[in-house]
Amino acid sequence: MTSKFKVVHYINQFYAGIGGEEKADIEPFTKAEVIGPGIAFTNVFGDEAEIVGTVVCGDSYFNENLESAEKKVIDFIKSYNPDLVIAGPAFNAGRYGMACGAVAKAVMEELNIPAVTGMYEENPGLDMFKKDAYIVPTKSSAAGMRKAVPVIARLALKLLKKEEVSPEADNYFVRHRVNFQAEQRGSQRAVDMLIKKLKGEEFITEYPMPEFDNVAPGEAITDLSKAKIALVTSGGIVPKGNPDHIESSSASKYGQYDISGIDFLTEATYETAHGGYDPVYANQDPNRVLPLDVVREMEKEGKIGSLHQFFYSTVGNGTSVANAKKFAAEIAEKLRADGVDAVILTST
Amino acid sequence: MKLELGKIQIQDVVAGAEEKIEANILYINPETIVDIVLEDDRLAECSVEIAKPGESVRITPVKDVIEPRCKVDSSSGIFPGVINKVDTVGGGRTHVLKGCGVMTVGKIVGFQEGIVDMKGPGAELTPFSKLIEICLVLEPKEEIEPHQYEEAARFAGLKIADYLGRLGESIEPDEIVTYETLPLQEQLAQFPELPKVGYIYMLQTQGLLHDTYVYGTDAKHIVPTILYPTEIMDGAIVSGNCVSACDKNTTYHHLNNPVIEDLYQKHGKELNFIATIITNETVYLKDKQRSSDFVAKLSEFLGLDGVIISQEGFGNPDTDLIMNCKKLEEKGIKTVIVTDEYAGRDGASQSLADADKLADAVVTGGNANETVKLPKLDKVIGQLDYVDVIAGGFDGSLKEDGSIEVEIQAITGSTNELGFNQMSAKGV
Repeated sequence: MTSKFKVVHYINQFYAGIGGEEKADIEPFTKAEVIGPGIAFTNVFGDEAEIVGTVVCGDSYFNENLESAEKKVIDFIKSYNPDLVIAGPAFNAGRYGMACGAVAKAVMEELNIPAVTGMYEENPGLDMFKKDAYIVPTKSSAAGMRKAVPVIARLALKLLKKEEVSPEADNYFVRHRVNFQAEQRGSQRAVDMLIKKLKGEEFITEYPMPEFDNVAPGEAITDLSKAKIALVTSGGIVPKGNPDHIESSSASKYGQYDISGIDFLTEATYETAHGGYDPVYANQDPNRVLPLDVVREMEKEGKIGSLHQFFYSTVGNGTSVANAKKFAAEIAEKLRADGVDAVILTST
Repeated sequence: MKLELGKIQIQDVVAGAEEKIEANILYINPETIVDIVLEDDRLAECSVEIAKPGESVRITPVKDVIEPRCKVDSSSGIFPGVINKVDTVGGGRTHVLKGCGVMTVGKIVGFQEGIVDMKGPGAELTPFSKLIEICLVLEPKEEIEPHQYEEAARFAGLKIADYLGRLGESIEPDEIVTYETLPLQEQLAQFPELPKVGYIYMLQTQGLLHDTYVYGTDAKHIVPTILYPTEIMDGAIVSGNCVSACDKNTTYHHLNNPVIEDLYQKHGKELNFIATIITNETVYLKDKQRSSDFVAKLSEFLGLDGVIISQEGFGNPDTDLIMNCKKLEEKGIKTVIVTDEYAGRDGASQSLADADKLADAVVTGGNANETVKLPKLDKVIGQLDYVDVIAGGFDGSLKEDGSIEVEIQAITGSTNELGFNQMSAKGV
C-alpha cells in the first residue's frame, strides 16, 4: 500500500474545544491527533491522506503577537514534515480569518507546500490573503461546515496529487492572474465566442468583470477661506531628475515633495516622470499639471486658508488599481494627520 | 469591394548594390534607403541593419513595424493620403512581401517604444521575432521637438515599406487570397440566413504622441465611420503613436488585422461579415460620448446582430471600450471585447480601469505587468540607454551583466488587443 499524504490542520481555541472568547489568548500548541473539524476532513480523505497533527492557537493571541505566533505555528507545522496544510475554515470570524490566511500564506511561502482554507466573502482575511492562499468560499457561520469540508478536502487532494486546479472547476477565490499560451490566437477566440453568443450557446469569458468600488464624496467645504488645501497628482510631476525614480508606467511608489516657499514650478526645477503622454508641454510649464501657481495666488488673496507644505505625486500610467489604492490610503492618512481639509487631485 | 492579396514569401534579405526580388530573396541597397530617409531634413542620420529570426539580436527602442506592400497595375498606392495621393484603396490587386518587416528604431521619442528580441524568452512574446527585420536606425536633428521626430520617423518607415514593396509589383506571388465585401444591400442579400456581424475597430487617438491616421487624417478628429475591411489591408490606417509597446497596434498589425482575417474565414459559413466601423479613443468625455453614440447608432443602422470590439492602449481607453460595449448591448447587439490586462506584477489587482456587467464576453491578450527576464544578447540594434525609463521598465531594469528585467509591457506587440497572439490570462 502506498503511503498516505500527510496533512496538518490549523484551528483556533473554539474549534479545539477549549473555549470561546475567554480562551482566545491561548498560546500555540500542537497535538499529533485529529481534533474537531479535522474528523470531517479525514472522512473525505479516505485512504489518500491523513491528518498527522493539529496546531491550535487562540485568535486574540495570534493577532496580538503576529510575528511570534506565526513563527511558533509554522515551527509546529514543520515538525510534522507535511505535504499540505488546511487552516480553519474560518467562516466570517474576522480574527480567525486573519490567522488562517496568515498561516496559509506563510506555509506556502516558507514551507513551499500548498495551504487551503475557507472563508465567507466578507471576512477581512479574504482580501488580505486571497492572492496567496487557496481560499474556498463558505457560509458566514459554522452551520456551513458540512458543505465547506468536501470542497476544501477535494481541492486539497488535487493539490496533493499535483493535479491542475482552477477557481472555476475547484471552487476557490481567484488568487491572481497568470499569462498562458492559448491554443488559438485571440481574434479566433473572439470570433468563436461571438458565434456562440449569437447562437445563445454557453461561452466562457476570459475575464469576468470585477465589482468596482464606489467612493462616496466627502462633505463639501463650507468656508474655503479657512481650509487647508493640498495638491496631489497622478500626472507624474516631480523635482527635476526624478529623485525617487518613480516609473514612467506601472508606478510602484509615490513621492512627497516640499513646496514651502515656492510660488510656482519652473522648467528648470520640475518635470514629469509620466510616460503616457508627450511630456513637452508638462515640462515647459509643470503648473499645467500641478497648478501650484494659481493655488498660491488664491492663498495670497485669502481665497483659501492655506496650502499644505507637501505635494504628493505618482504616475497613473499603467499603474495597477491595487497600487493606486495603497498609495491613496497612505497619502490620505498623512494628509489627515497634517490637518488637511481638502485636496485638489489632478490627473493627465 | 474585392481585393486580391498576392503573397510573396521572402525567405532572406540580402544587402548590396542590387534591388530586386529573385527566388524569394529580397535584395536591398542600404545606400538608396538612407538617401530616401534623409530626404526628410528633420532627420540627421539613418543606418540600415538587418535582423533575422533566431539571431542573438536585441532591437530597441522600436517605434513602428511596417509590412512592404504595393498596389499592382493601379494609379493609387498604399498608405493613401500619407505618402501616396488620397485615393480609395481596398480593391484590385495588392502584392505583399510576407516574412519581412521595415522597423523604425533609434533615439527615443516618448517613453513608450519597445524591445524586440530575435532570440530567447523575449522573442517568444513578440510576433516580430518571426520576421526578417529591416531596421532603420534613426537619429533626429537636435533641435526638433518629439512630435516632429515622431512624424519624421513614421514617414521614413512608410516610405521604405512602399519603396521595397514596389520591388514585388511584377513578381508572381506564391499565393493569392481574395477578400470581398459587397455593397450593403447586396451583402445583406448574399447570406440572409446568417447573423450579421460587424467589427468595431478602436483607434488610439489620445493625442500627445498617441495618434492614428486614416487616409492621412488624424483620427481624433473623425466621427466613427464605415470602411470596407479590405481598405485596411492597403494601408488606409497607419500607426502614429507611442503608446506602451505591448498593446500598440503597429502599422504591421493594422495591415494584417487578425479580427478582419478571422471574420472573413467564417464569412458565408457561420456569419455574414458586413462592415468595419472605425472609431477613436479620445480624452474628453464629450468626445467619448459622441463617438460611442455613433458606434451604437451605425451598428443599429446596419442591422448588425453582433460585433467584435478591439481596443488599443489601456487605462483611459478602457472607458471608451466599456461605453461602446454597453451602448451596443443596450441596443440588443451582442458584443465580444478584445483587451489586455494591467493586473499588477503579482497579477492580483483588478485588470481594467473600467468595467460593466454587460461586458460578459471578454478576450484578453494577457497581463502586461507580468515581468520577464531577458538574457544578454550578442548584438544591440538601437541603444539600451532607455530600458529603465520606457513604459514597463523600472529602476534597475538594465542589469550590469547586460540582461534586462522588464514588464512584458515593454515588448512590442506582446499583449496585442487585436488578438494577434495566442497569449491569454487566467485566474489561478
